[in-house]
Amino acid sequence: MPSPSLAIRESPGLYKAQGSLIIAEPMKGVSYGEVVEVLLGTGDTRLGQVIDVGKDAVVIQVFGGVSEVDMHYSRIRYRGEALKLPVGIDMLGRIFDGLGRPIDGGPPIVPEDYQDINGSPLNPASRLPPSEFIETGISAIDGLNSLVRGQKLPIFSGSGLPHNRIAAQIVRQARVRGKEEKFAIVFAAIGVSYDDAMFFIENFKRYGALENTVAFINTADSPVIERIAVPRVALTAAEYLAWNHDMHVLAILTDMTNYCEALRELSAAREEVPSRRGYPGYMYTDLATIYERAGRVAGKKGSVTQMPILTMPDDDITHPIPDLTGYITEGQLVLSRQLWLKGIYPPFDILMSLSRLMKDGIGEGKTREDHRGVFMQLYSAYAEGVKLRELAVVVGTEALSPRDKKYLEFADRFEKEFIGQGEYERRTIEETLDLGWELLAILPEDELKHVKEEHIKKYHPKYRKKKS
Amino acid sequence: MVVRGRVYRVSGPLVIAENMRGSKVYEVVEVGPERLIGEIIGVEGDKAIIQVYEDTTGLRVGDNVVGTGYPLAAELGPGLIGSIYDGIQRPLPILEELVGFFIKKGVKAAPLPRDKKWHFIPLVRKGDKIEPNDYIGYVQETETVKHYIMAPPNVHGVIEDIVPEGDYTITDPIARIDGKELVMLQKWPVRKPRPYKEKLEPTEPLITGQRVIDFFFPLAKGGKAAIPGGFGTGKTVTLQQLTKWSHVDIAIYVGCGERGNEMADALHSFRKLVDPRTGKPLVERSVFIANTSNMPVAARETSIFLGATIGEYFRDMGYHILMVADSTSRWAEAMREISGRLEELPGEEGYPAYLGSRLASFYERSGHVVTLGKPERRGSLTIIGAVSPPGADFSEPVTQSTLRIVRALYALDVNLAYRRHYPAINWLTSYSLYVDNVTSWWHKNIDPEWRSLREKALAILQKEAELEELVRLVGAEALPEEDKLVLEVARMIREDFLQQNAFHEIDTYCPPRKASMMMRAILLFYDLGLEAIQRGVTVEKIREMKSRARIARMKEIPNKGFEPYFEELYKFIRDEYSKLIEEVHVYA
Repeated sequence: MPSPSLAIRESPGLYKAQGSLIIAEPMKGVSYGEVVEVLLGTGDTRLGQVIDVGKDAVVIQVFGGVSEVDMHYSRIRYRGEALKLPVGIDMLGRIFDGLGRPIDGGPPIVPEDYQDINGSPLNPASRLPPSEFIETGISAIDGLNSLVRGQKLPIFSGSGLPHNRIAAQIVRQARVRGKEEKFAIVFAAIGVSYDDAMFFIENFKRYGALENTVAFINTADSPVIERIAVPRVALTAAEYLAWNHDMHVLAILTDMTNYCEALRELSAAREEVPSRRGYPGYMYTDLATIYERAGRVAGKKGSVTQMPILTMPDDDITHPIPDLTGYITEGQLVLSRQLWLKGIYPPFDILMSLSRLMKDGIGEGKTREDHRGVFMQLYSAYAEGVKLRELAVVVGTEALSPRDKKYLEFADRFEKEFIGQGEYERRTIEETLDLGWELLAILPEDELKHVKEEHIKKYHPKYRKKKS
Repeated sequence: MVVRGRVYRVSGPLVIAENMRGSKVYEVVEVGPERLIGEIIGVEGDKAIIQVYEDTTGLRVGDNVVGTGYPLAAELGPGLIGSIYDGIQRPLPILEELVGFFIKKGVKAAPLPRDKKWHFIPLVRKGDKIEPNDYIGYVQETETVKHYIMAPPNVHGVIEDIVPEGDYTITDPIARIDGKELVMLQKWPVRKPRPYKEKLEPTEPLITGQRVIDFFFPLAKGGKAAIPGGFGTGKTVTLQQLTKWSHVDIAIYVGCGERGNEMADALHSFRKLVDPRTGKPLVERSVFIANTSNMPVAARETSIFLGATIGEYFRDMGYHILMVADSTSRWAEAMREISGRLEELPGEEGYPAYLGSRLASFYERSGHVVTLGKPERRGSLTIIGAVSPPGADFSEPVTQSTLRIVRALYALDVNLAYRRHYPAINWLTSYSLYVDNVTSWWHKNIDPEWRSLREKALAILQKEAELEELVRLVGAEALPEEDKLVLEVARMIREDFLQQNAFHEIDTYCPPRKASMMMRAILLFYDLGLEAIQRGVTVEKIREMKSRARIARMKEIPNKGFEPYFEELYKFIRDEYSKLIEEVHVYA
């Protein structure tokens, strides 16, 4: 990345190169966190960053690894500043590598500014609580796990599950009702296969979204250590578009599991005391510096909404990666292998999924007055149904009471009709809620404790039919 | 003597400086050209180990390190109420004015406004003898908070001069004691507990408006409690509910290493919501400390101690304070990170061996005390800490260390949360050691039979847990009628009593008397049900009763003047049972 700097100095001596780290001779004026170029004997250069500086040595983490580094010919060139990304409105429609260099054959962008990829923490007192409902057209999200502008809502998936298709569907369909505003998609592929990356790019192209998209691609065969930078580079672009160009940005980061693996590799190279499963103890904080770069602020029109995607190793939600992510993000959309095997798309595991910011984005004036009640009722009814389904396996359906059988019927139809929908089907929030009422009508009316009585009179199919 | 040294090494938030002879552990230092705030956490020879409370990117070997000679201290005085601070007490709204909505490093601002004038009313006269913590006067800081100006804990002597009632800033002299000028502003080191005369055993419950806590697992004023829970179990909502509705004079909310949007939500909702007891916005009795997860790690520790110090300061005025810390696990992780960088020998799961003692030093700052100073007064600081166990596994070190210290546990249960049973406090694993302490208060002020109602309800829930195992084997219909009724009533207790909707305009807060009357309705339904079964009524008939739906809607009964509703409900239940029994006997 070309960026102007007056403080370039070179250091000759290396002590050690191993894994992704170089330990170099100390040099006066080297600053913590600054970017270096590693000049190889072959004439190539690699980017790196100072991660420990002392009077005895300088430790450098090299993006791209230390292959071909030797003790004799290699040089370290200190750039005197942190890693910065050239940013500009020109980035829209372009495809970059993980460090922000164009890889689509086009010219370099005309930078309006250079920004530190680590960003700065948003002042909590300046944030506005997210509350604008985003209609994705997917019932399981809109009805039960509503997404709002400025939220970070990850998809927890497993290998082989259709998370990419769902993310693409959300990108195609998402809109804020009644508003035409500038929007952009920032897409970061972190260590995913070339096919997966191209699936998204093709999708954006086909639906005319590419001109509103900035893509950063680090495929599975790109240097592992570069993955540490990709999400930060992408979010720097997202923040620039949101705060400097008033755009509503949806950032999709896939796959965060690869990011965490890279972090673990780096931590091991630094010989740090590992925490759970070998991941570093600071992984929570490190992930937070990525995920927290979402939100809305007072006095700015734009917003950054994040949808990270991660695959849970062995579908285990208690694995450190989904676990720490869930502690930072405002909810999670969990995919279920069981539903997927039943042929249900999108296979959202409703009981495990959650949107924490939903409460501020729904209700009268935002979606519909009965939304909260319907959501709670569908949820608890489905939970009851699933519990009874397990029971029925042991004692047989015949041993269940008539009430219980109603719940079983409800759970089955809920999965097929409410959760299940077409990949190209877009349901409005009214359609989603009405569908919910249709299903709730299976249950006896006095079981509907979570919905207000006045809403039952207004929306329950039984009374609606009477009126019409 | 000011110590001036130079940076020797930088590794993340940890800086080692040389030439630091003369510096003390826990002394605050300023590091580098941007004068980043740091704290010395160890000294060795002429080297000092410093944890820096701001981002260290850009620091160089050889940069200046300047000692201040003082430990990290909180500024205390009028202006605290309604404030929003970061972990080192920088006022966040002022930072926004200075540098915009991103927090930049090296920004400095005074925690308390220096130019604002407060209307001070003296309470002492010239010639009065003053002991530490005596009231000197007061400032009506908000409509609900009378901010007493006290003699600092290290000041005593005779008042030589006192200003008349009038408007003064916090740095204007208001009195002279033995030649020393006294101002309203006090400073107190955050790691040092403020002194008091005597610690008392807590006897009064801290009413929170949350049924499961008030009725089943009461908290006491001056108590300490922990809320562990995996992600998605509603930890933050529960904590916010406690901060909002607890019967305290001042609430301190510490967001330590948690989400920015949640903090924003808390700030906004505290401005909008009204305290049911005073009718004033909640923000007028609250202090916020926000050090979100992406803000510098080292400041998580100070945010916790800063909260406790502010809490003790108001306690010393004779107030009841609640401090919640969300989440102590993030603080423990920060300790682990610093400890790892210091290359200390790790304890369990990489946490330092002093994890337990450090946690204890925080929770031990709670208590119901007789304060120092005249007039004699009592105040309390109650501390509730959230714990975020990885993978919702309570056997991990932070949860276990915390359990050894606290006296009430509200265990949040993932499975309850999946069923959307909120608050997801598990009634079988949670406990409170304050039950005995608060019994006489409950019996005197709320319900003379509270203890027996509570025990009966818990017994029903316990029985349900046992029966459920049986049901899994034989099915519910195979149970005897009495047990079927237990299952039915247990479900009522769970759904119609324990579940409480934080977002429902009425149900979000439940007065203890109403909670007690609700429980009485459910237990009446149970007792009469048992009687009816003995007289030949089946549970199937009982399930069809209209009383059930009425009980399910009890939560929506207004919080004022509810007694007649309940009297009417009890009558309704009795009448319906009588009719049921009559029917059975007519057919027989």
